[in-house]
Amino acid sequence: MLNVLKTFKKGGVHPPENKISAVQPVEVLPLPAKVFIPLSQHIGAPAEALVAKGDRVKAGQLIAKSTGFVSANVHSSVSGIVESLEPVMDSSGYKRPAITINVEGDDWEPSVDRSPDLRKEITLSAQDIVKKIAEAGIVGLGGATFPTHVKLSVPTGKKAEMLVINGVECEPFLTSDHRLMLERSHELMVGIQILMKALDVPKALIGIEINKPDAISHLQSLAKSYGGIEVQPLKVKYPQGGEKQLIKALTGREVPSGGLPIDIGVVVHNVGTALAVYEAVQKSKPLVERIVTVTGKNLARPSNFLVRIGTPVSALIAAAGGLPDDTGKVVSGGPMMGKAVSSIDVPVTKGTSGILVIPATESKRKPEGVCIRCAKCVSVCPMGLEPYLLYRMGQRMQYSQMEVERVLDCMECGSCSFECPANLFLLDFIRLSKVEVGKIVRERKN
Amino acid sequence: MDNRFVVSPSPHVHSGKSTSQLMLNVVLALMPAFAVSIYYFGLGAIIVTLISVFSCVLFEYLIQKFIFRVKPTICDCSAVVTGLLLAFNVPSNLPWYIIVLGSLFAIGVAKMSFGGLGNNIFNPAIAARIFLLISFPVQMTSWPLPVASRLQYIDAITGPTPLAIIKEGVKNGQTISQMADSIPSHMQLFMGLMGGSLGEIAAFALLIGFAWLLITRVITWHIPVSIFATIFVFTGILWLINPDIYADPVFHLLTGGVMLGAIFMATDYVTSPMHPKGMWIYGVGIGALTVIIRVWGSYPEGVSFAILIMNAFVPLINRFVKPKRFGAVVISSK
Repeated sequence: MLNVLKTFKKGGVHPPENKISAVQPVEVLPLPAKVFIPLSQHIGAPAEALVAKGDRVKAGQLIAKSTGFVSANVHSSVSGIVESLEPVMDSSGYKRPAITINVEGDDWEPSVDRSPDLRKEITLSAQDIVKKIAEAGIVGLGGATFPTHVKLSVPTGKKAEMLVINGVECEPFLTSDHRLMLERSHELMVGIQILMKALDVPKALIGIEINKPDAISHLQSLAKSYGGIEVQPLKVKYPQGGEKQLIKALTGREVPSGGLPIDIGVVVHNVGTALAVYEAVQKSKPLVERIVTVTGKNLARPSNFLVRIGTPVSALIAAAGGLPDDTGKVVSGGPMMGKAVSSIDVPVTKGTSGILVIPATESKRKPEGVCIRCAKCVSVCPMGLEPYLLYRMGQRMQYSQMEVERVLDCMECGSCSFECPANLFLLDFIRLSKVEVGKIVRERKN
Repeated sequence: MDNRFVVSPSPHVHSGKSTSQLMLNVVLALMPAFAVSIYYFGLGAIIVTLISVFSCVLFEYLIQKFIFRVKPTICDCSAVVTGLLLAFNVPSNLPWYIIVLGSLFAIGVAKMSFGGLGNNIFNPAIAARIFLLISFPVQMTSWPLPVASRLQYIDAITGPTPLAIIKEGVKNGQTISQMADSIPSHMQLFMGLMGGSLGEIAAFALLIGFAWLLITRVITWHIPVSIFATIFVFTGILWLINPDIYADPVFHLLTGGVMLGAIFMATDYVTSPMHPKGMWIYGVGIGALTVIIRVWGSYPEGVSFAILIMNAFVPLINRFVKPKRFGAVVISSK
C-alpha cells in the first residue's frame, strides 16, 4: 500500500481518539417519564408551538411549526399529555421555549411506517423529497443543526455536482456515526440515494477516517449495489469533519472564504442526516429520535443509545452505569467542540451527538501563561488564520482589524487552544469577537 | 450526589504541551554540544556555563520578585535556555564578572525591560553577546584552543578562529590556498577542532540537537535550512568567482556561529516570524547579512549581528507577510 491517504492539507491536530464505545451496538433507550422538547433545536427561527397545556399528543405528531424558510418543524417524540409550555434550560445554558410532555404509552401517528422492512425504490420527485424532508423537521445531525431542506434547495444560478456524505466523526470519544454506518447501512445507502435524487447529482462520496476500518469495508462492499456511491478512506486528523476540510480532503476543492460549499458545486450531509432522510421519505417518520454516544473514561458502561428527542441527559447517563462520583464536567457533544452543561437535566436535542462525562481531575483548564510566539496555533489552524494575533486583537477589541484578519472564517474547531503550550484561551476571545465582528458586518449590510 | 459541574468553553481537552516542556527540549538539544565543549575546553566550559545559567536564573527571579512584584516564573526554564545560549556564545576563558554582566544585560535589559518572556524584540543571548563584544573586545576575542588546556580556565592557551585567520590573511594579500596549513580541514571543522566560542564549534553535535528539535517538534526546519541555503549559495557564488580570496561554502557553514546561530538562536520563538513564508524571508536575511559582514565587514564573524538585525524586522514581517488563508478567494459580503 503505497498510496497516501487523503486528508486536508492545512493545519489540524490529532487528539487522543478514545473511541471507547465503538464496539457497543446501539441499544434502544427505554422511554423516559417526561420529555422536554425545545422549540429551537436548529439554526434559524424557533418553531411555533401548535399544542396547548393538557393536549394529548402522539409520537410523530407535529407539535411546533417552522416559522420561516430557515427554521424547522418539531414533532413529539413520545405519546402523552402536554404538561407545560414553560421554558426549559437546554445545553446552551439558557432557558428556551420548550414543550414538556408526560409520557403515556407509545402511540404513534398512524401515517408513520415503523416496520423494519427496507424500502429501496424512491418514488417521490425531487421537489416532493425536499418538501417531505422539511415537513419531517430534519436538520444537520452532525451537530450544526442547519435545516436540511434549505441545504437541498440549491439557489438559482448554482448547480450541485456532487454530494459529500460526512462519516468522518473526527471528534474524539464519539461513536454514534460509526455505529450507524455499521448497523443501519442499507437505510443509510438509500438515504444517500434520496439526497442524490433531490439534488440531481450523479455522484456521492462518503468520507470515513481509517480509525473505522470495519465501517469502511462494510460500506465499500455495500456501495457496489448502490449506483454512484463511493467510499473514500481518510487519514485520521481533526477537524476533518468540518465541512470545508472534508470537501478539501475528498475533492481538493476549497470553499471560498465567506462562501458555501454549493459555490463550488458540493453539498455536504452527515450520515445521521442521511438516515433521517431515509426514514422521513420512505417511512414518513419525522425526526423524533437519534443515536447518541454516552461515554467517558470513568463511566461504567460507555454506550450508544437510540434516544427519543427530549429525553433528559440524566436518563442516558443512568443507563450507561450512572454518573461517576468523581465527575467534574458533563459535555454535550465531543471534547473539542462540545458544550459543557451546568445540569444533567437538559434534554437531548436533534443536534446532540454524544454526552461526554469528564472526571474532575481533567475538568478544569490550566491557568493562562504568556504567549511565547511559538506559532503552534498558526501551524494547526485549518483555516490559515493567526489565532495568537486574533486573540490579542480580541482582548483589545480591535474588531474592524479582526475582520480584515478573517476572524469570521474561524469555525471554532479549538485546535489552537488544544495545542497552545501556554494554555492561552485563544478560542474564547476569538469566539467572543466573532459575535462583535458579525454585528459590524450585518450593520454594514443594512 | 453533588451535581455542580465545571462549565467552560470548548475545547475540553488539551495537548499537554507546556512552555517548560518546550524549553527543556531545547536544553536537551544543547546537551550534545555542551558535552563536546567539555571534552574540548574542559574546566572553562563548565565554569562559564554554570555561572551564566545560574546568574540568568537569579536575575530573572530577582527582577520578577522585587521589581515586577509578580510570582517568579523561573520554572518555565526560559532563563536556563538564555543562560546556556549566552555561555555557548562566549569564549570558555571569560572572567566570571563579565559573564555575570552579560547575564544581567540579557535578562535585565534585553528581556525584562521589554516586559519579560514573550515581549522582547531581540534575542537576549545575542543582545548580551554583542554587548559584551563591544564592551570587552579583547576578552571576547581570545579563543581557547580545543583540547590544548582542559584544566585551565582564565589562562587557557588561545588562538585565532579560522574565520579570523582568513580575514587577516586576505587583508595581508595571501590567497586561501597559501593559508591552507593554518586552517583546519573540513572534517576537523565538522568535529569542532578549532578555536571559537564555547558551544559553537562542533557542527555535528549541534546538528544532533537540530534533529532532536525537529523530532520533538519544538521548531520547524524552515529557519535553519533557509539560513544554511542562503549562506551556501551566496558564498558558493563568491567562491566560484574567486577561490583565492573567498573561502568555500562548506567552510563558511562549518565555522563560526552559523550552526549554533541558525539552529538555536535564530529559531528563538519570541524573536522569529510566525509562519513559513515569513521564516524564509527572515532566514534568507540572516544568511545574506552574515556573508556580507564576514566577507566585507570589519568583523570576521557576523552571525550574531545578522540575527540581531533581522530580529528587528520580525514585527514587520509578521505584519505584512500573512499565511495562505483557506479559501483564498473572498466572496464579498454584500
